[in-house]
Amino acid sequence: MISNRRLVLAHFWLAFAVFGLAILLGEWQMFIRSPLHGWLHNPDLYYRSVTAHGTVMGYVFPTLVAMGFGYAICELSLDQPLIGRRWAWVGYAMIIVGSVAAVVPVALGLDSVLYTFYPPMIGNAFYYIGVVLVVVGSWVWVVLMGVNLNAWKRAHPGAPVPLPMFANVAAAYLWGWTAVGAALELLFQILPVALGFSNTINAGLSRVLFSWTLHAIVYFWLMPAYIAFYTIVPRAIGGRLYSDTMARVSFALFLVFSMPIGIHHLFADPQVGSGFKFIHSVFTAMVTIPTLLTVFTICASVEIAARLRGGKGVFGWLKALPWDNPQMLALAFSFVMLGFGGAGGLINMSYQLDSTVHNTQWITGHFHLIFGGAVVIMYFAIAYDLWPHLTGRAMQDLSLIRTQLWLWFVGMIVTTFPWHYVGILGMPRRMAYFDYSAPGLSGEGITVIMSTVGGALLVVSALLFLLILYRNHSASRAETTPFTFSRAIHEPTSLPLALNGLGLWVGLMIALTITNYGYPIAQLIGLHDAQVPAVFIGGKR
Amino acid sequence: MAQSFSANSHDTAALTARIEKRWAFLMVSIIALLVAIMIFTGLHWAMMPPSRVETIDPSTLHVSGEFVESNLGSAVEPNGSVTVRIVGQQYSFTPQCIVVPSKTPITFRVTSADVIHGMLITGTNINSMVEPGYISTFKTEFERAGDHLMPCHEYCGVGHEAMWANVKVVDKDVFSKMAANTRRLTCDL
Repeated sequence: MISNRRLVLAHFWLAFAVFGLAILLGEWQMFIRSPLHGWLHNPDLYYRSVTAHGTVMGYVFPTLVAMGFGYAICELSLDQPLIGRRWAWVGYAMIIVGSVAAVVPVALGLDSVLYTFYPPMIGNAFYYIGVVLVVVGSWVWVVLMGVNLNAWKRAHPGAPVPLPMFANVAAAYLWGWTAVGAALELLFQILPVALGFSNTINAGLSRVLFSWTLHAIVYFWLMPAYIAFYTIVPRAIGGRLYSDTMARVSFALFLVFSMPIGIHHLFADPQVGSGFKFIHSVFTAMVTIPTLLTVFTICASVEIAARLRGGKGVFGWLKALPWDNPQMLALAFSFVMLGFGGAGGLINMSYQLDSTVHNTQWITGHFHLIFGGAVVIMYFAIAYDLWPHLTGRAMQDLSLIRTQLWLWFVGMIVTTFPWHYVGILGMPRRMAYFDYSAPGLSGEGITVIMSTVGGALLVVSALLFLLILYRNHSASRAETTPFTFSRAIHEPTSLPLALNGLGLWVGLMIALTITNYGYPIAQLIGLHDAQVPAVFIGGKR
Repeated sequence: MAQSFSANSHDTAALTARIEKRWAFLMVSIIALLVAIMIFTGLHWAMMPPSRVETIDPSTLHVSGEFVESNLGSAVEPNGSVTVRIVGQQYSFTPQCIVVPSKTPITFRVTSADVIHGMLITGTNINSMVEPGYISTFKTEFERAGDHLMPCHEYCGVGHEAMWANVKVVDKDVFSKMAANTRRLTCDL
């Protein structure tokens, strides 16, 4: 049972509320730069919006979902009350204060730097301080997850750590370490300039430090979705998890390989040598392995459900799946989007092919499809599954839930496929408007309209989602059966030490970060010539 | 396999592990093949991202050195290749119109005078970040004559969306006639 319902609900509701606001900004951005709207007279409004949309969707929303889900997993899988509940509320408060501190100057136009910061452009210090507070607030969660797991292990010596908690703590440690890159950039490079202690900055070094965070943060966003794949969906559709060991191996590999690969975001940059670019490209190839293993294990688990329900034949079992079950539907949509997005990712990570698409709308399409599509649809699924246990009330709107999931899936495809297409044609990202009368651009207006329509579907879907959750709070009370996670065909009775804790994998993660980032960072720190004057935006202070 | 849950659990465990291993082997092989293709293209066609960590002081670009305004544009080298020097700044490229010959080895050298910019040339694989403090160098060759757009693709401030340049690829002999009269070539829109 969850004894910390209020804590979990507070995290989820704040996450989904800011998500609801940020998605409106996203759709507005699509609309005003489409041929449906004239040129924006003040382009800065667009960049304020992009900054807010990215900051909320990239930092605040997924972090809160991971934290809320993590606190729930902690109690549900370990079957012990959360240790450090007061600290958890402190972390939550820091995220609220940080978000407000960050978003207010952005709205005032003092910090149109996008969520990727882009020094030597420097905005108002409050934005950066706010982001730091959000990150530090989430680190409280990281520590609490570790503390709770260790307490459980002391109380249950030698017993296998429940898979959901194993994965949850892997996600926490991954986030704890990957956030260090951006934290170093903010604390040692950007804030000293924003606060007036210094006026030069090494932009190349900033980009390398940010790339330390920028890729693994995506895997941190993804972890709750993968935890749901392994530990919620098989149970919800009446199946069994095909392999507990493979699940643990996948999470361990994510921890190790999602970190030392961020320089694949910098293939087109002049400040990193080709050797390190190549190494990061190869390691990026390796990080596909845990995803490919996951696809197999989950498909096999789903097949078990189908055969238990009487499914027959090589493909005939697909018909026997419970397609009216929201978890089944969400999983199927998620996998389709993961398939397309993953294929696009393989193109991005390929050393050479990347130059065709770098910084074009293709990239916008790629990460919206993977994160907004494959991952966020599983956030919905997690909320639908947990909500009755958090409110003690039955989830009654099953057909509305299915409509919501369908809308999200169709909306995401309609939004992102045109982006991929025009990206190949060379349409750049982050533009407040396009000159559709220019030769070479005139044919591309229609694709922006298509994305705008897709975005409208996403807005409707998001509103439906919020409505469904809200209505549940006043639904009839129901005696919910105790929450359970998926059971594996072969539940582990004892595990090798390496798969029953994260020490080895955290060690490897740190070691690989040092080998893959140590030299480029040290080299750039030594390049004093590359210290360039800061360019203040939003008015000089 | 569902029916065999209650059967000999050792057998099913061995079976599931065997199938898993087969899948893992297949996936690792596919990824290894992709990496092999990357290595082959990298070495065989010397196709690699631009990568030489070369620094330059952006605050003196306009005063002296390679990127003074009179040295920007396309220059014919003694060996017949062409070097194009470009500076990006908020919110334009200099020169705004770049002219290059077709079927000729071309080296781009690009840097920024202020913040981070980027450039790509539509319809080609040319794509680079442009960063203050660093010089981006990359080589290419245009197959045929034609006009391309060259947008800045990295957010560089409120005027970012208006930062577009043009690239004119002209026939090799047309270009050499143009080059006979001037030291550095640019074009008009």
